[in-house]
Amino acid sequence: MSLEHLLKLEAESIHIFREVAATCERPVILYSIGKDSAVLLHLAMKAFYPANPPFPLLHVDTTWKFREMIAFRDQRAKELGLDLIVHINQEGVRAGIGPIASGSRLHTDVMKTQGLKQALDLYKFDAAFGGARRDEEKSRAKERVFSLRSAEHRWDPKNQRPEPWRLYNTRKMPGESFRVFPLSNWTEADVWDYILQENIPVVPLYFAAPRPVVERDGALIMRDDERLPLKPGEEVRTRMVRFRTLGCYPLTGAVESTASTLPEIIAEMRASRSSERQGRMIDHDGSGSMEAKKQEGYF
Amino acid sequence: MHGVLPPQTPDPAPAPRAQSLLRFFTCGSVDDGKSTLIGRMLYDTNSVFEDQLEALERDSKKFGTQGANLDFALLLDGLSAEREQGITIDVAYRYFGSNKRAFIVADTPGHEQYTRNMATGASTAELAIILIDARKGILPQTRRHSFIVSMLGVRDIVLAVNKMDLVNFDETVFNDIVASYRTLTAGLGFAHVVAIPLSARDGDNIATTSARTPWYRGPSLLAHLETVEPVAASEERAFAMPVQWVNRPDLDFRGYAGTIATGEIRRGDEIVALPGARRSKVARIIGPDGERARALAGEAVTITLTDEIDISRGDVLATTPHHLKPRRNMEARLLWMIDAPLAPGRDYIIQLATGTANARIAALHHQIDVESFQPRPAQVLTMNQIGFVSLACDKALVMADYRQDRDLGAFILIDRLTNQTAALGVIEPAVAAPAELAIAPAMAPSLWDRIGAQMDGADALLSVALTLVVYGLSGSAPAALVVGGVDLILRPIVAMLRAESRARRPAAPDENNESGAGI
Repeated sequence: MSLEHLLKLEAESIHIFREVAATCERPVILYSIGKDSAVLLHLAMKAFYPANPPFPLLHVDTTWKFREMIAFRDQRAKELGLDLIVHINQEGVRAGIGPIASGSRLHTDVMKTQGLKQALDLYKFDAAFGGARRDEEKSRAKERVFSLRSAEHRWDPKNQRPEPWRLYNTRKMPGESFRVFPLSNWTEADVWDYILQENIPVVPLYFAAPRPVVERDGALIMRDDERLPLKPGEEVRTRMVRFRTLGCYPLTGAVESTASTLPEIIAEMRASRSSERQGRMIDHDGSGSMEAKKQEGYF
Repeated sequence: MHGVLPPQTPDPAPAPRAQSLLRFFTCGSVDDGKSTLIGRMLYDTNSVFEDQLEALERDSKKFGTQGANLDFALLLDGLSAEREQGITIDVAYRYFGSNKRAFIVADTPGHEQYTRNMATGASTAELAIILIDARKGILPQTRRHSFIVSMLGVRDIVLAVNKMDLVNFDETVFNDIVASYRTLTAGLGFAHVVAIPLSARDGDNIATTSARTPWYRGPSLLAHLETVEPVAASEERAFAMPVQWVNRPDLDFRGYAGTIATGEIRRGDEIVALPGARRSKVARIIGPDGERARALAGEAVTITLTDEIDISRGDVLATTPHHLKPRRNMEARLLWMIDAPLAPGRDYIIQLATGTANARIAALHHQIDVESFQPRPAQVLTMNQIGFVSLACDKALVMADYRQDRDLGAFILIDRLTNQTAALGVIEPAVAAPAELAIAPAMAPSLWDRIGAQMDGADALLSVALTLVVYGLSGSAPAALVVGGVDLILRPIVAMLRAESRARRPAAPDENNESGAGI
């Protein structure tokens, strides 16, 4: 049986997808492979059924994603018959930017934020769907569903358009674009309940399994390949872990867990006393840091 | 409460998920404690995570306005400017739940210059919490917010009398505020006003009823929110769906996708496509989970018809469209939302449901003083002002009165040059001439409102001023004199009656405050 409030959230998200299709010229789904993207994709399929969504998927690859994520990405796009665009910031690659060599802040800015801007400019996308939710972070709580970005991709939090009712003003100047967030009103719990209800495939990294991890700065980092150098005294151990969020593997902390099914994950999440972004290293630069990143063009 | 947190009991076995969803919002004056109230609700429902609590403790020391105590408002004020200034600028949405219900709450700013954000929060809400500082009672902002809540059709109100700890939980203070509020809002068409004495800072009557208010016999705030069944947003029951997107993947399939505004549709139903009045029958209904036999208001569906007729975005599918009319001219209330003022004669883009057109402000009949609920003559509308206008569109849009249909009676105006969302508006009944609307609905609340003050010489002046306003708007001297005269005569009488009723009135937790008048 469906939960009433999930039905309402689903209807709202579908409405947002259709509004973009009807009013924007070159939309794209920013597909980041995680659970929110999985739900986003599922809703897009529903919104336009029996047609396929009238827009491609874009993955901005930082080259440091978990290998399982990349395999999952390619498989999903193929199964659903969707166009997948993978963009890598080659300038960043040539400059040797990476989370270990350059630190999380520079890496995220160059490979993720700048990479995204390059791709949007290259393909002239005027609306990019993202899976961000307002419950993730305080500055996201103030974000509109249709978030207008300047030609330079900047977000102006003080000059956001009011969004009364279901009326989205989708007009923009040449060069301006929208970030569109159909999952704005969803919570982490809603996402998991919906994944369970709809039986949506997600990356296996969300489920607990024995994985090679090192303990670093209080976080459990999975050694997904040889690029993660071990510091003196560090030791790779196989531990039963899973991930609450997925990003670049050296920047994403695992949690010890035995939850290997969706109901177990949901039970664990509801009993948890820490937020999902706790495992994200890039968020720990002070409370205003997400707002600052977003102003610079971060999703 | 001190800087150290009381232990929260972790749930050993997670409760089952809530079955229903309530959208509400909070409003009130600056420093009434709106953000604190929501922060407290999140905290009391175990909706705040440990790492967020640690950040809250840090932030409370850095920015907090509560001394050594936790400043729950900092859980919500997410923008740097808000944290620095200690105020809420933008509407923030928060999500929490108990095992009975999921909640989406819009925390809206109290400052007058952010009225537009408050209205945005109200537009999607089923219930409004209007916060009052027990020490201050009803303030101009209380009146303004109540008016906007009424204009946007929210009819379930919680009157949250906060900071009761600072008035020693005095029942008389509470009762006086509640009585004044009921009088003030008698003409606003609220279905229910439930008054609750609170201390958001200390948690009294938030999650559980407080021992410090033994005289209060109503529910705690959360208990009320968990059980209230808000009145339906739209009064209309007949099916209507604005077409949002025509789905045509190949020659064999032509579907009309949209979100159902009102009513219910079944396979085989006869429908009419407005504005053209072409008729057909529903062949298939495709919902999010596939083929359906029927679908209800609020659902996002795709409908196919038995006949090939030309339908596009902006058209409306309906069964018995007695409440819907394709119209080029209409009367509406506007809330102006941008710096550049509205000027009569200017063109804007109107977006109403899925339809768009060019709309000229044919006439600005008057501005509405949202503190006295009075019409006032106006040449322009500036940001955050509400006015009553006639609009003329360059093509017919299918619309309904806002009361009947929240989707097809609501619109935004977009500035053609800047693309800013310039105004939000609601369609008013077309039958009454603007001048009549200007006088009649404003009368009752204005009387009730202003007699709240002590009678003095200023009142006589106000009556004269009202006479002139009415004359200016209606062009009718006899009507204006009658209105002014009645106003002057009734004031002392009504003031006396009101004082009496206030003295007798108990603190009823729930009272049906229905009034046909509206404004």
